[in-house]
Amino acid sequence: MTDPIHQFQIHKLFSIAKIGSAEIAFTNSALYMIIAVTVICAFLIGSTRGRALVPGRLQSVSEMLYEFVADMIRGATGPDGMQFFPLVFSLFAFILVANTMGLIPYGFTVTSHLIITVALALLVFLTVIIAGFWKHGLHFLKLFVPSGIPIYILPLVSAIEVMSFLTRPLSHSVRLFANMLAGHITLKVFAGFVTMLGAAGILGVVGATVPMALTIALTALELLVAVLQAYVFAILTCIYLNDALHPGH
Amino acid sequence: MDPIAAKYIGAGIACIGMGGAGVGVGTIFGHYLAAAVRNPSAADGQFPRLIFGFAVTEALAIFSLLIALLLLYAV
Repeated sequence: MTDPIHQFQIHKLFSIAKIGSAEIAFTNSALYMIIAVTVICAFLIGSTRGRALVPGRLQSVSEMLYEFVADMIRGATGPDGMQFFPLVFSLFAFILVANTMGLIPYGFTVTSHLIITVALALLVFLTVIIAGFWKHGLHFLKLFVPSGIPIYILPLVSAIEVMSFLTRPLSHSVRLFANMLAGHITLKVFAGFVTMLGAAGILGVVGATVPMALTIALTALELLVAVLQAYVFAILTCIYLNDALHPGH
Repeated sequence: MDPIAAKYIGAGIACIGMGGAGVGVGTIFGHYLAAAVRNPSAADGQFPRLIFGFAVTEALAIFSLLIALLLLYAV
C-alpha cells in the first residue's frame, strides 16, 4: 500500500467493445474525465442560469473565470484571438478541474498520464498548423524566417526555428505530465514516512508529526502547482495560437 | 560494465541538466521580483511574459527529464 506509483494505475471498470484483440474499456481515467467535464458544465450552466444583471456570488465566479481567460487571450494574441476563446477556455477549465480533483485523497489525476496531455498538446499543435495555413496559406511559413536576419545565417536560424516549433507539443505535454506526476509521487512518499514512523512505536508517532506537517504544506504547494500549470498550459496555447494568427515576426 | 547499471547511471547523469534549468528558472523569477519591487505598478503587466520565459526555460529541463525517463523505461 505504500507504493507511491500505485495511485497512477489505470484499471478497467467495464468493457464497452472489442475490436480484434484490442479492447475498448471504460477505465477509472475515463470516469474522472467525465466527472471533470460534468463538474465544469454543471457549475457554469448552474451559476449563469439566473443571468442577473448584478451577478450573485456563483455568477461572479464564472464571470471572473471568463474575464480571466478572455484577458489572457487578448493580452497574448490581440483581439482577433477571441475566435479561439472556446478552445482555450475548455482546455483551461478541464486541466484546472482535473488537476485540483487529483489532490483529493484517493482521487485519480487524469493529467498525470502522458497519453492525456499528449492528446491535449497535439490538439493545440494541429490547430495552430491548420489555422495558420487556413488563414495565411504559404505565408504561414514566414514563421520560420524571422525578418532582419542576415542572409548568411538565415538557414541556421530557420533550422533552429523549425526545430523549436516541432518540439513544442513535446514540452507542452511533458511539462504538465511531469509536474503532476512528480508532485503526487512526492506527496505519497512523505505520506509513506508518516505511516512508517507511526508504526515504530510511541517515539515514532512524535517523529511522524514532522512529515505530517510537511505533507500538509506540500498539499498547499501542489494546489499552487495545479492552478499554475493549468494557467501555463493555457497561456502557452495562446502564444502558439498567436503564431497561427500573426506568423510574421 | 553491466548494461543495466549503465542505464541507471545514464539516467542519473541526464538529470544533471535539470540543475542548469533550475538556475535559469531561479534567475527569471529573481529578476522579475527585483524589477517588481522597483516598479510594482508595472509588475502585473509583465506576468504573462514571466510565465512564458519560465515555460521556455523549463522546457530544457523537460528535455533532460525525458532522456532520463526514456533511459529508465524505454531503452
